[in-house]
Amino acid sequence: MAAEAESETGLVFHPMEQFKIEPLFGEGPIHWYTITNQTLWMGIAVLVIFLLLVVGTSRRALVPSRIQSIGELAYGFIYRMVEDVVGKEGLKYFPYVMTLFMFIVVSNFLGLIPMSFTTTSHIAVTVVMALLVFVGVTILGFVKNGIGFLKLFWVSSAPLALRPVLAIIEVISYFVRPVSHSIRLAGNIMAGHAVIKVFAAFAALLAVAPLSLLGVVAMFGMDMLVAFVQAYVFTILTCVYLKDALHPAH
Amino acid sequence: MEGDIVQMGAYIGAGLACMGMGGAAVGVGSIVGNYLSGALRNPSAAQSQTAMLFIGIAFSEAFGIFSFLVALLLMFAV
Amino acid sequence: MTTEATEAAMAAGHAAGAAAEKGGMPQLDFSTFPNQIFWLLVTLVVVYLILTKLALPRISSVLAERQGTITNDLAAAEELKLKAQEAEEAYNKALAEARAEAQRIAAETRAAIQADLDKAIAKADDEIAAKTAQAQKAIAEIRAHALESVQEVAKDVAREIVAVLGGKADARSITAAVKAHLKDLKGEGRP
Repeated sequence: MAAEAESETGLVFHPMEQFKIEPLFGEGPIHWYTITNQTLWMGIAVLVIFLLLVVGTSRRALVPSRIQSIGELAYGFIYRMVEDVVGKEGLKYFPYVMTLFMFIVVSNFLGLIPMSFTTTSHIAVTVVMALLVFVGVTILGFVKNGIGFLKLFWVSSAPLALRPVLAIIEVISYFVRPVSHSIRLAGNIMAGHAVIKVFAAFAALLAVAPLSLLGVVAMFGMDMLVAFVQAYVFTILTCVYLKDALHPAH
Repeated sequence: MEGDIVQMGAYIGAGLACMGMGGAAVGVGSIVGNYLSGALRNPSAAQSQTAMLFIGIAFSEAFGIFSFLVALLLMFAV
Repeated sequence: MTTEATEAAMAAGHAAGAAAEKGGMPQLDFSTFPNQIFWLLVTLVVVYLILTKLALPRISSVLAERQGTITNDLAAAEELKLKAQEAEEAYNKALAEARAEAQRIAAETRAAIQADLDKAIAKADDEIAAKTAQAQKAIAEIRAHALESVQEVAKDVAREIVAVLGGKADARSITAAVKAHLKDLKGEGRP
């Protein structure tokens, strides 16, 4: 139906075209091993992370260069976040959190490069990451606290009569976590890119072309902010869930 | 003919779903406004609560994104 | 076409695939999911390995090293500050000593000068006193002499006047009269 959004004015809206996954080499169906444009941009994300955190810090300078200070800032940012939200015993899981954060933030910003592909706009990607967090946190909670992990759903500060009702709500909200966790990230990124695309499509009309250009620039700035904030939110929610697993008591 | 009606319904539904974004905007505005008024009352405590601010914004905003997603589904997937 | 798609939408996966074929949401094209998930897991594992094997130990060591250097530098700065304080104290002490010495020397010099001065003043006072005594003696002599002269002159004048008036004056009464007059003059004439 998107293809039919074309109207008599000559405007063509293909806001979803940019998220299309295509094989990088040749045509044909996409098997699980096929190298697609998404694979390429994931690889670029890995490369950027490598350049930023490994090559950038290779001089081990006491007074950091710019790239090295970016790496150190990212490290300090996540380290402090884990320490503040989860506590000292959460620092064991710092590398996992850092992995998620670096991948998301680098992918988000790479997606803002024109003509590039945004890996984090795909629900499959974010759902897998959210499920990794969800399953990991649930297993960790049961391993650390045993059956006591279920106290997470039993709000001991509420009146006794209300507790079963609250427990049901808590259980539902616990299982909704991965859904909101993943769709928030993918939806934000997808929305930002789609809106940019819609604004850009209006540029075909000469009368509103300057306005559309202004809109594209404004939305691009907004998306820069969203790219960082969503990575931050994904990471801090991971930390919050981790805290729940380590200290389930309300 | 029937298909056209379905399509029309989908588009109308998509438009209606976009109203949910307004709710999200109100929610985010309320959170940030309250944070700001609290922060102005006690600026020394503001720094430690920015994480809570962002978590709150994220939760509130998620519902706006859900409505956007519903609109997209109606537009493209139904 | 739309009817088919709508019906098929009930069976989610199939419909999404169909939707993708006609340009729907690529996000819901389930046929690409295995591919995406596989490559995402590969990516995450690679990023994790890069971080844990290379990046994080290096960055943490750099940060620890910097922290250590900063701590050391701060300690060194503290030490230097203490040294500076000591030096300042020594300087102040030396300054105070020098000042006291200077004051002592000044006082001594002043005392010596004072002594010389006193001696000179005493000598000068003595001389002045001697000279004054001499001068007073001379003045007294002159005054006595003058009184005598005045007496003589007065006697002479009185005798002459008496003689001119035709009287004969004996020396004794003239002398007595002059003396009485002079005594009156002395009593009144002194201011």
